[in-house]
Amino acid sequence: MGKKLLIHNDKIPNIHTLNVYREHGGYASVEKALKSMTPNDVVEEVKKSGLRGRGGAGFPTGMKWSFLAKPEGVPRYLVCNADESEPGTFKDRYLMEKIPHALVEGMITSSYALGANTAYIYIRGEYFYVSRILEKAIEEAYAAGYLGKNILGTNYSLDLYVQVGGGAYICGEETALLESLEGKRGNPRIKPPFPAIAGLYGCPTVVNNVETIAAVCPIVMMGGDEYAKIGVGRSTGTKLISASGHINKPGVYEIELGLPVEEFIYSDEYCGGIINGRKMKAVIAGGSSVPILPAELILKNDKGEPRLMTYESLSEGGFATGTMLGSGGFMVYDETTSIVKNLYTLARFYHHESCGQCSPCREGTGWMEKILHRIVEGHGKPSDIDLLWDIQKKIEGNTICPLGDAAAWPVASAIRHFRHEFEEYINNPSKIKDVKHYYSVNQLAGA
Amino acid sequence: MAKVTIDGHSIEVPDGTTILQAARMIGGDIVPPTMCYYSKLKTSGGYCRTCIVKVTKGSEKDPRPMPKPVASCRTTVMDGMEVVNITSPEVLEARRGVVEFLLINHPLDCPICDQAGECHLQDLGYEHGLAKTRYDFPRRTFNTIDLGPYIKMHMTRCIMCFRCVKTADQITDYRVHGMLNRGDASEISTYIQKAIDNDFSGNIIDVCPVGALTDRTFRFKSRVWFTKPMDAHRNCTKCSGKVALWLKGNDVLRVTGRKDKWGEVEEFICNECRFEKKNVNDWTIEGPRHIDRHSVISANHYESLASLKLDIGKQQKALSTKK
Amino acid sequence: MGNEIKFNEEAMATVNKIIARYPQGKQKSALLPVLHVAQAEFGGWLSPETMDYVASILNIKPIEVYEVASFYSMFNLKPVGKCLLEVCRTSSCWVRGAEDVVKHIEKRLGIKEGETTKDGMFTLKTVECLGSCGTAPMLQCGASYHENLTMEKVDALLDEYRAASKLRSYTDMDYKNTL
Repeated sequence: MGKKLLIHNDKIPNIHTLNVYREHGGYASVEKALKSMTPNDVVEEVKKSGLRGRGGAGFPTGMKWSFLAKPEGVPRYLVCNADESEPGTFKDRYLMEKIPHALVEGMITSSYALGANTAYIYIRGEYFYVSRILEKAIEEAYAAGYLGKNILGTNYSLDLYVQVGGGAYICGEETALLESLEGKRGNPRIKPPFPAIAGLYGCPTVVNNVETIAAVCPIVMMGGDEYAKIGVGRSTGTKLISASGHINKPGVYEIELGLPVEEFIYSDEYCGGIINGRKMKAVIAGGSSVPILPAELILKNDKGEPRLMTYESLSEGGFATGTMLGSGGFMVYDETTSIVKNLYTLARFYHHESCGQCSPCREGTGWMEKILHRIVEGHGKPSDIDLLWDIQKKIEGNTICPLGDAAAWPVASAIRHFRHEFEEYINNPSKIKDVKHYYSVNQLAGA
Repeated sequence: MAKVTIDGHSIEVPDGTTILQAARMIGGDIVPPTMCYYSKLKTSGGYCRTCIVKVTKGSEKDPRPMPKPVASCRTTVMDGMEVVNITSPEVLEARRGVVEFLLINHPLDCPICDQAGECHLQDLGYEHGLAKTRYDFPRRTFNTIDLGPYIKMHMTRCIMCFRCVKTADQITDYRVHGMLNRGDASEISTYIQKAIDNDFSGNIIDVCPVGALTDRTFRFKSRVWFTKPMDAHRNCTKCSGKVALWLKGNDVLRVTGRKDKWGEVEEFICNECRFEKKNVNDWTIEGPRHIDRHSVISANHYESLASLKLDIGKQQKALSTKK
Repeated sequence: MGNEIKFNEEAMATVNKIIARYPQGKQKSALLPVLHVAQAEFGGWLSPETMDYVASILNIKPIEVYEVASFYSMFNLKPVGKCLLEVCRTSSCWVRGAEDVVKHIEKRLGIKEGETTKDGMFTLKTVECLGSCGTAPMLQCGASYHENLTMEKVDALLDEYRAASKLRSYTDMDYKNTL
C-alpha cells in the first residue's frame, strides 16, 4: 500500500465539513506556516520537496513561485487552476468535492508563502455544484478565522473567492484562465510577459493546479526533504491518477510516483485489470493530449525495462516510443477499441475547443477532424494518412499556446503506432463500417 | 541598445525593439511577412503566425535557442540574439503551413474582390503558398452584410487578424463590433446587426489586410490598379486631412489613409474625408503617391520604368523557382 | 417571467455579492458568473436584451458581453428546453457507450441531437469531456451530474424531469451527483 497524502481521508464521513476535517489534522499547515515560518521558509520547503505542477506540464512549483515579481505597493495574486478539462482527468473534481478544505487550506498556506492577500479559485463552469461545495468550505473557514483579516491573530490577511467559468477547455491554459477571470474571452495571452511578472489585472500572479496547491499542506507539515524521499528521482511525492476506460475499477487513485505501470493497471488495489478479462490494446497515460501508446510500449519502454508512473519513465524514448505523465488522466483501451474512431472523438474535441485566435490551430484542428470523420465514415482516401501527418506537424510548435500541440500529438501518435488501422479503414470501409467499437451500456452493466 | 543578427545581417537596435521591427530596419528579403501585426495598434500581432522565425541564440547572456518558432512581431530582441528567417528551411516550411491554413477556408474570390491588387493574403499566397490546395471540404461561408452605409463585410474572406477590433478599441470611442463565437466558427460581427457608426469607423477598412471589410462607396467601381493614387490634403477639423486619393481621370473613386511600405496607414483619417469628399475640388493635390510594394498597383503605375522592370524581373524569378 | 428584463431582489443581491469579489474598477471580472445568474433567471438562455442588461449592470459595452457569451459553451444564445440534457461524447465516455445513451434519448424523446421536444421540456446536446470519465457514461442537466448511466437510469431520469417540469440551471442548489 503506497503512502497517501492528499485523499487518505476521502472515505471519512463528513470530511467535507471543517470540524471533521480539523479533527483529522486539517488546517495544521496554516497554523504551522503562519505562526512558525516566514513566507520564504514555506517557499524553501516547496523547493526542497521537488513538487512539480500537477496540472500537466510538470514544471517545478518552487521555481515557479520564486519567479514571482514582488514590486512594492502592487498586489500579488494566487489563482488556483480548477478548470480541469483535459479529457480523462477528474482528480481535481474528486479532491474538491470530497475534501474541499484540503484545497482551501492549501490556498491559505500558499498565498501566505507568496504574499498574496487575495486569491481566486477558477473552476470550470460545468463543476458549478463543486463551486457550491467550495464556497461552503470557504464560508466555514472564514467563520473559524482561517480566512479574512488577521488570520489566527497574525497580521496576515487573505480573501479567497471562487470564480466559475463558462465552458471552455482553453481556460485551463493559465493565461487564458486569467483572461477569463477578467471577464473576457478565453484567448491565451502572448508570452512573455509571464503571469509571474504580469498576470491577473497586470499584477504578479501565480497560477497553480488544485492538486499542486493541496500538496503544499503535507509538504509544510512533513518538510520538503521528507516529501522528496517519496517517489523516484525528479518525480517526487504522490500523484492523483484518474483512471478510466476499459478497466474493472475506474476512479481516482493516489499513488507514490514510481509505481510500476503494470501494477497500476492490473493490481486490485488500483485499476483491477481489463474488463471481461480482455486484452489491453492501448493506453493514454496523461490526459488526452499525450501520445497514445500500444500495450507493449506502456508496460515496458523500448529497452524492455518496466515503465514506472513517473514523469521521466513515461517519457523515456521520446515521442517515438514514449509518452508523458501529463495530468495523470489514465485512459485504458481494450482490444475491441477502434483507435481511429477514438482518435476522431479527440480530434472533434480539440476542434471544438480551439479558441480560434491563431491560424494553425483554428484551421488545422477543424481540418483534421473533417479528415478523420471521412475516414471513420468509410470515405477515407489513401492519401489522407500522410495528409493528417503533415497537418499535425504544421500545427505543432507553431501556435500561441499548447492547445496546438495537444491537438497534434494524439494524431501523430495514433498514426505512428496504429497506422495499419487507418489503412484498414481506408482500404476496407465496408468491413469496418458496421463493427461496433465500443461497449454498450448494458454490456458493461452485466460485466 | 541590443545587437541582433537576422539571417546573418546584424543591427544595433534600442532595447524593447521586436525582431520584426529590427528586420524592417535591416530591410530586404529577410523581413518576415505579416498579416495581423500593425505597428500603429497596441497589442496587435502574434495571431496569424506568418511572421514566425527561429531564435537560434537567445542572447549573449543566455545563448540557449528558443525551443519553438516565435512570432517575430511580439518577441523583443535581446543583446546578442541570433535569428533565422529565410535561411531556415524549417521556418519556410512552417510558414508555408501557416499560409495553407489561412487559405483553406478563404473563398479565393479575388476576381470579384475589391481588395484584389492590394491584398496582403494575395501577396502572401503568391510568395509562400502552394500552387494547389489539399483541402477538399466545403469552405466556411457567411452572409455578406452591410455595416452601415459605408462598410461592407465579407466574413468569408476574414483571416481573423483582430486589427479592426483593435482599431475600434483604440481609434474610435465606442466599439460595437468584435470577435464572436469560438474556434473556426469565430466571426467578426456586431451580433445584432447595426451600423458601425463613428467618425473614425472607416479606418477598419484600411487596416483590413484582406477584402473582408471594403468601402461601399468604392464597391465595384474599378480594379485598384486602374486607379492613380495621389497624395492630397484638405483642412479637416476631425483629422489631419492627409489622405491618398485614388483617381480615374478626374473622378475621385476612393479616399484612403496614406499607406507606408508595409501597407500600414501613416495617419488614421476621419469618415468625412474618406467617404464624403469625392470631388477633386475638395482637395489640394500634392502629387503622385509612391507605392513601394511590388504589387500589381505599382506595376501599372507611372513611376520610373526601371523600377517597373525590376519588379517584373523579381516576379519572374519567383515564378521560375516555384514548382 | 415577465417581459421586463430585471433581476429580482434576491438575484440582484447575488450579483452584487459577485461584483464585490473583485477590485474596484475590475467589475468586468464578474461577467461570467453574472451571465450564469442571468441565464438561470431569464428562461435558461441569454437573449440580446438580457445581455444588454448585464452590460448595463457591469458598466461595460454590450459587444463585450456578446463576445464572451458566444465564446463559452455553457451560455445558450437561443432558447432551449427546460431540461438541457448534455451527454458527454469524448473518449472515455465514448468507449463506454455514450453513443448508445444519445441514441436511446433520441428515440425516447423523438428528437435528434441539437433539437428540442415540441413541449419545450427537453433539449438534447452532446458535449465535450465533463470530467466524469471514471463514471462514464454520463450526462449533465443543470447543476446535476448523472453518472454510470444505464438505459433504465436514463428512463427514470427523463420521467422524473418530465413530472417535475421545472427549469434546470447550472446555478441550482439542489444538485445531484453520484461520484
